[in-house]
Amino acid sequence: MPHEIDQDFLSLPLRALADAALTRARELGVEHADFRLERVRSQNLSLRDAKLIGTHDGEDTGFAVRVIKDGTWGFASSVVLTADEAVRVAERAVQVAEVAAGMNAERIELADEPVYSDVTWVSSYDVDPFTIDAADKVALLAEWSNRLLSADAVAHTTASLHQVKEQKFYADTRGTVTTQQRVRLNPTLEAFGADPETGRFDSMRTLAPPVGRGWEYLTGTSWNWDAELAELPSLLLEKLKAPSVEAGTYDLVIDPSNLWLTIHESIGHATELDRALGYEANYAGTSFATPDKLGTLRYGSQIMHVTGDRTVEHGLATIGYDDEGVAAQSWDIVKDGILVGYQLDRRIAKAFGYDRSNGCAFADSPSHIAIQRMANVSLQPAAGGPSTEELISGVERGIYIVGDRSWSIDMQRYNFQFTGQRFYKIDHGRLAGQLRDVAYQATTTDFWGSMEAVGGPQTWVLGGAFNCGKAQPGQIAPVSHGCPSALFRGVRILNTTTESGR
Amino acid sequence: MSTSVSSDPTLQETVERALSLSQADGCVVIATESSSANLRWANNTLTTNGVMLTRSLTVVSTIAGKTGTSAGVVSRSAVSVDEIDAVVRASEAAARDNDAAEDAQPLIDGTAAPDWDEPPAQTSIQVFDTFAPALGDAFAKARDSGHRHYGYVEHDVSTVYLGTSTGLRLRHVQPTGFVTMTAKTPDLSGSAWVGQATRDFTDVDPLALAAELDRRMQWSERKLELAPGRYETLLPPTAVADLLIYAYWTMSARDAHDGQTVYSKPGGGTRVGERLSPVDLALYSDPAYPGLQCAPFVVAHSSSSAQSVFDNGLALDRTHWIRDGELTALATTRHSAELTGLAVTPFVDNLVLDVPEPQGSIDDLVARTDRGLLLTCLWYIREVDPQTLLLTGLTRDGVYLVEKGEVVGQVNNFRFNESPVDLLRRFSEAGATSRAFSREWGDYFPRVAAPALRVPDFNMSTVSQAS
Repeated sequence: MPHEIDQDFLSLPLRALADAALTRARELGVEHADFRLERVRSQNLSLRDAKLIGTHDGEDTGFAVRVIKDGTWGFASSVVLTADEAVRVAERAVQVAEVAAGMNAERIELADEPVYSDVTWVSSYDVDPFTIDAADKVALLAEWSNRLLSADAVAHTTASLHQVKEQKFYADTRGTVTTQQRVRLNPTLEAFGADPETGRFDSMRTLAPPVGRGWEYLTGTSWNWDAELAELPSLLLEKLKAPSVEAGTYDLVIDPSNLWLTIHESIGHATELDRALGYEANYAGTSFATPDKLGTLRYGSQIMHVTGDRTVEHGLATIGYDDEGVAAQSWDIVKDGILVGYQLDRRIAKAFGYDRSNGCAFADSPSHIAIQRMANVSLQPAAGGPSTEELISGVERGIYIVGDRSWSIDMQRYNFQFTGQRFYKIDHGRLAGQLRDVAYQATTTDFWGSMEAVGGPQTWVLGGAFNCGKAQPGQIAPVSHGCPSALFRGVRILNTTTESGR
Repeated sequence: MSTSVSSDPTLQETVERALSLSQADGCVVIATESSSANLRWANNTLTTNGVMLTRSLTVVSTIAGKTGTSAGVVSRSAVSVDEIDAVVRASEAAARDNDAAEDAQPLIDGTAAPDWDEPPAQTSIQVFDTFAPALGDAFAKARDSGHRHYGYVEHDVSTVYLGTSTGLRLRHVQPTGFVTMTAKTPDLSGSAWVGQATRDFTDVDPLALAAELDRRMQWSERKLELAPGRYETLLPPTAVADLLIYAYWTMSARDAHDGQTVYSKPGGGTRVGERLSPVDLALYSDPAYPGLQCAPFVVAHSSSSAQSVFDNGLALDRTHWIRDGELTALATTRHSAELTGLAVTPFVDNLVLDVPEPQGSIDDLVARTDRGLLLTCLWYIREVDPQTLLLTGLTRDGVYLVEKGEVVGQVNNFRFNESPVDLLRRFSEAGATSRAFSREWGDYFPRVAAPALRVPDFNMSTVSQAS
């Protein structure tokens, strides 16, 4: 059964404050105003060696008014939920627009969107994690930690669980009113060990992705925790004893648990139109995938099909309507290896000549302005495509990479370097034990151009992150990326110990 | 502009009320108000802006039980007077639910600080009254020269009130401001960056920053291609800050003791006492460092390996992490200090590197360079190997080739793989310590002073086509 929006959010003075703010903004002669009231509930638990070391229970409630006055943005926010304050915040937003007008050379206009006069949306989950006693959550994480600690190879463990319930009310001067609620979880366990002979230490982390699900995710829905926890200590032990990789060029089979992050960095961020137009040049960076190349840039091999969506069930960027009242959509970003689409908000869509935004506006808190943030950007599997084992069987000398770890990419999204949780040598089509000290380094279009095969739907996993950063002031956003396993030919592998000069 | 809301209790009243409602064995209350204003621009025009007012209340309840003392922490934004009770009760319920806390210690005793009764300090958009028009002038000049400007300016003033059931009442006002500016050629192939942290913008001169961008844009008129490899490299203070902040953030004594960081001694324990650099350098934090002043007491909203809610209000003083080249301290709580046998030295919110007998500014180092690279800043720094603290990242917005003491052109960007701890061992020359705003981390850790460093063999692992 779909959930309803919590009554204690609906009973906040949502409409009264929106009316007060939007009425005042209209009186002050704005071309556009929107009002957003949010409550973001969070709970973080962390354990070390199966003992609780910290809990934090937070709630961030507030509202913001964004206006366009004489073609210039103005934004103001507050945490005082009264109609008088809503009026003052509307006035402050207009005042900010007036101060800013002297520096503005581009008239701000928004792409049109149908009016949604009073709509609600709730994400797909069974059990609201905030209805579960914290003691029960800690007990479960402690029990899982103890399973890991009982193995000889494991010297220490950490466990953490981040939970968020996000409630948003939005109203604008066109008449759109949306009320939404979604829930997400990020559970992580990590086992640490050392090899007494070499003094080498290392760790191995669970692969379970963060998801837009409820407490049921911790009790068996969609993830087999027992199986993952059971194999972690032996995987760590094997890694500690593994030989160091020989740097060089290898064929790679990359598991979805690693590939999602490469997609995020080299496709997700590169196809944000605000970045491609230079709006992030002072901070997050720009993009090599500039708009003049739309429809012609060969991003990758012919089999590469990448979509953007805010609709996939349990996706972390999934929503009913974005923070500008645009309905959630899905669209192609790379088709047959060619760049065909971008991620948009209403202002960028209008400035570039699109008829409509594809709904990527998001603000991470009631005190931040909505900006273009990432949709769920996903690599599509091949219908009837191979299994991961079949992909591995086609590799003579290569490496199979599982789990994400270190990530870094340049400000134009060309050059990247990633590591992982574990790396298996592939010898004549078969796995031949773990390697360590592995990093893969490539240029985005070379890398995706070397993708020879993608796995079938049976290999597809929805990965993701809670903490994607962008903009100034800094905002973080949750986002999912689905992908199959995939085979890449001839990728540069570094030995990270050699890189450190040892 | 007014942001006062007369019907609400003051933050001090909120703290006192929460403490008086507490039925726990111990209670810490932290009330914070922050106001901030920002302007952001791109392509010579303003893009976004805003003014924000936020408030938060954190209540830590501690309950003594048979096996020890447990803690519960609840934070809420914008708490009205009738909601304070609910926050206190929720925090007590969390404390009762939780097992005994490993980091349990007696709460810090004390009395009210002299400034306790002072109201919160605030900022507003008017803090940019002289900056904004000057920026408009810079845009106009840039349009004439064909350059494109991108940037961001922010001012934030946070006031924290911290009270404990053991009598302590502390107040701290933290002004934080910074400006970062990027200029690019119209074809975006040449790029330069400047950044500066400030407390109040009285020391920020936008036209001087724009002039420095112009100087660098002239350097980039000649483009040169260089292959990856190890180069003699000059890191200006901002790039040194990019690397040092990460080395500081990984200084949790507990993590080192548990064998998880570069500061772990193989076989057990920490590397405290070990010489990390042949140079008698000092890496330290000091809440009173001029221009970098920060909270002189612990403010912890949750416990972790490197901070403890039980330590809230604990006085912070000048702390040497490295002295005379030797690792002398790691970040501890009172609990992790006992566990590791180290002194009680919690994290402090600033960082300074001093090298003896400094040799002038970055320009002086350039003048003494026969052939080498001059960096602007580093970007997208991530940990590759915790055991060596090998970091990867990119050079950004200006790598310049220096020949015979002069900049001769702009070089392509590189991906580097380097360990900041190893660089402390390998650098061959240092400039004078000056205020340094980190491109990578400055938005979150703006208070750093560092010298420029010359590294004889900086590892540029591969070329990045980015510009």
